[in-house]
Amino acid sequence: MQLDAPAKPSEIHETVAIRFAGDSGDGMQLTGSQFTDTTALSGNDLSTFPDFPAEIRAPAGSLAGVSGFQVNFSSSQVYTPGDEPDVLVAMNPAALRANLADLKHGGILILNTEQFGPKNLERAGYKSNPLEDGSLSPYQVFPVDITGITLRAITDLGLNQRVAVRTKNFFALGLVYWMFNRDIQHTVDWIASTFGPKDQTIAEANLRALKAGYHYGETAEVFTTRYTVAKAAIAPGRYKTITGNEAAALGFLAAAELSGLELFLGSYPITPASDILHFLAKHKGLGVKTFQAEDEIAAISSAIGAAYAGGLALTTTSGPGVALKSEAMNLALMLELPLIIANIQRGGPSTGLPTKTEQSDLLQVMFGRNGESPIPIIAAASPGDSFFAVLEACRIAVQFMTPVIFLSDGYLANSSEPWRIPNLSDQPKIPVTFRTDPVGFQPYLRDENLARPWAIPGTPGLEHRVGGLEKQDGSGNVSYDALNHEKMVKLRAEKVRRIADSLPPTFIHGDPEGDLLVIAWGGPFGAVRAAVDKVRAMGKSVGHVHLRHLNPFPNDLGDILSRYKCVLVPELNLGQLSLLLRARYVVDCVSYNKVQGKPFKESEITRAVLTQLEAIK
Amino acid sequence: MSIYPKVTHTDASKLGRKDFQTDQDVRWCPGCGDYAILAAVHKALPELGIPRENFVFVSGIGCSSRFPYYTQTFGMHSIHGRAPAIATGIKTLRPELSVWVVTGDGDALSIGGNHLIHTLRRNVDLKILMFNNRIYGLTKGQYSPTSEQGKKTKSSPLGSVDYPFNPISLALGAEASFVARSVDVDSKHLGETLSRAAAHKGSAFVEIYQNCNIFNDGAFDYLTDRATKIDHELRLEHGKPMRFGPGGAKGIALDTRMQPMVVDVATFGEDRLLIHDETNDALSFFVSRLVHPNFPTPVGVFRAVERPSFDELMQAQVDKAKAKVKPGGVQALLDGGETWTVT
Ligand code: SF4
Repeated sequence: MQLDAPAKPSEIHETVAIRFAGDSGDGMQLTGSQFTDTTALSGNDLSTFPDFPAEIRAPAGSLAGVSGFQVNFSSSQVYTPGDEPDVLVAMNPAALRANLADLKHGGILILNTEQFGPKNLERAGYKSNPLEDGSLSPYQVFPVDITGITLRAITDLGLNQRVAVRTKNFFALGLVYWMFNRDIQHTVDWIASTFGPKDQTIAEANLRALKAGYHYGETAEVFTTRYTVAKAAIAPGRYKTITGNEAAALGFLAAAELSGLELFLGSYPITPASDILHFLAKHKGLGVKTFQAEDEIAAISSAIGAAYAGGLALTTTSGPGVALKSEAMNLALMLELPLIIANIQRGGPSTGLPTKTEQSDLLQVMFGRNGESPIPIIAAASPGDSFFAVLEACRIAVQFMTPVIFLSDGYLANSSEPWRIPNLSDQPKIPVTFRTDPVGFQPYLRDENLARPWAIPGTPGLEHRVGGLEKQDGSGNVSYDALNHEKMVKLRAEKVRRIADSLPPTFIHGDPEGDLLVIAWGGPFGAVRAAVDKVRAMGKSVGHVHLRHLNPFPNDLGDILSRYKCVLVPELNLGQLSLLLRARYVVDCVSYNKVQGKPFKESEITRAVLTQLEAIK
Repeated sequence: MSIYPKVTHTDASKLGRKDFQTDQDVRWCPGCGDYAILAAVHKALPELGIPRENFVFVSGIGCSSRFPYYTQTFGMHSIHGRAPAIATGIKTLRPELSVWVVTGDGDALSIGGNHLIHTLRRNVDLKILMFNNRIYGLTKGQYSPTSEQGKKTKSSPLGSVDYPFNPISLALGAEASFVARSVDVDSKHLGETLSRAAAHKGSAFVEIYQNCNIFNDGAFDYLTDRATKIDHELRLEHGKPMRFGPGGAKGIALDTRMQPMVVDVATFGEDRLLIHDETNDALSFFVSRLVHPNFPTPVGVFRAVERPSFDELMQAQVDKAKAKVKPGGVQALLDGGETWTVT
């Protein structure tokens, strides 16, 4: 439904980033995701970044309570949520204050004037009203009485004031829809199906607010221009928008189906991983059993039990949870059972920044356990890639009978992107064989991958004992023999090393050799890819390798590193991958680091790449 | 088609105690109470009518936790305190298995206390055997969470200032649906108690007094010595008055302030004694508070009540959801929701 033909002139833009910001009670996440869905449906490529306040209920109007959602959409390919928004919708002074610094010079600023009274200004720490003191002059400011107009549009519905005011985010959404020539039909339907069944009046109020916002753009004298972002050239197929946590959860369900294994999740709620638990708990109909344990340790322990019993077992957590699970991870390693430990990283150390993103657990998952403890590590590169990274983690776990760590982060977990829906029949099966023959059975005999047999309870004649004490090679009996211990330590290490033999050649984006290699992992994928493309368009010689496998490293990595004059490693930590690369390949990597709880901006990486290219000249 | 092995189960009726013994050398100290418990378990298992391959024994860390090595079933000697959580995963995934936890007072009540109480309240269908020797044996003699206050050990040379747990009260407080106590050397009673625990659907918690003759020898002598046993043991029998002592001459009754008292049955009257009732929560807890030396030590089943088990509730939920789910499996889920097509 197009409400009216655009009467005002329309400017064409390639890429636009919009940030919706307001109090955590203002519904900004909802507004952002509605805008995202509508924008995806209209054929743009996009990337989003939800930014949650740290506290569950910070005081209304305070800086701590500001919630934001950024959408970057384009007629060409988009890799990141956008460095600096072109448009900022600020529902109150705190939202303005917390976000203004990011807004592009000359950017559009839509402000809800009703909220700019003395009390809220003071709560946000403003000494004078920015609407009046000229401090906003570098921007195109559109002061709109969002609350007032919304209330007038729905006054005859007789809603109480508190409920009525809550519809104002739909006004803001409607206004932005108008500005960007978006069809409001998707949101109209969504309101009807979400609120309709519960409360017709509220559905009507939200709908009217949405339309009021849209019409306001058209009729008010304030806005003179609309903006058009054309469809992007996207690979054909069926798409949906997906977050990293959703994609990961779907990956586990898919891996269960591709392997034929029953899926079991043992988990303890923790930000930002809980959504995987929520998602899987909702889909018990696909056979998954989800167990919300009493603590992180019980969560992984139950998963170890399920793996022993023959399930595709996983536990989901974040850094603090990994710390608690580390002893049990080592048990899984000694038992040589397939198990996925999903670490959705957040800002650390300790409780750190639970709602913010960081990549600072790489060394934790690599080394943070007692003894020689090799565990494979797989990292997702984008929200949608989480699905495929999980499939890979499950493949390795089952094929090599080993625990595997899946790394994602708060940014990937909550951000969304358009995702081409994969066809499961195109995905390789994950073959599983349970041992059934008692003849010649020994629990720690190994196959060509050095994997031991999976002999599950209920199989006659295979009764055997496993445990955390060192095993006699083959028989699995407890052994304190010195040389046997050394042999077993080396066998476990060699098993993980052999995973590298099963990997395809490493993909290099851009120049396969030359001046600079940018090597990264996890969430920074988008920013790095976009920056490398930009710099290459300037004629520079740059390659980008994005590591999915952090342990073991691919066999060809050493050779690749040696083909460039310089290696740049951007990471949201103080140089953890650099440390591993330097140690393993004795290569002089240059670290580019940021630990601000935020993803890299494309411009930051571009600058780092250019600086480095300059330095090696 | 299922990838899980299609098996023909072995004939459970042909099993004998020898079938549950392993070829491993048993490495408990000579004279340790664990031997008697091992023998009682090996005797009880073949009588349960369960194929041997369907048993799983999970233990934590401690002397008692060596148990799986000596039992010819599936078994896991896991990490300290976590056996109930591991067993929960096994039983939840595979409700058809008979899953047993073997643990000690340190393993279950110290480092693993959290897992124990949550397993009990959930009523996961596990048989939890807690060997209580009131000491840390494996680490060579430190006080445990059931050691009496004032106990002198290597880590409490001046006497422990820790107040101990009453494991039965703890299990009852944690909503366990089956709670019992037995004694290592009383093989007949222990055997009966194990059978009752095995027959119970849901978490069955059995505290077994176990003598550690190296670090806490004689802790339960008052209850095991022929001469004193009769004066100190109160056999709990459902529906029967609480009597003990030679010829059942003594009994337990309530005084006017609802406190327990030991009475002489002949003068007090049998009809005024407390009648044991395994289904009466308040009474079960009350009985658990009868503690040596002021009272005889109750032995037997404190509580046995029926409540759906966690694993069966989980299975039922999954089955119900499966019946309702749209066909097409994961692909249908991938394809569902808001989608659009780019051509
Ligand atoms: S230390 Fe005590 S409990 Fe442990 S095996 Fe020896 S006697 Fe038994």
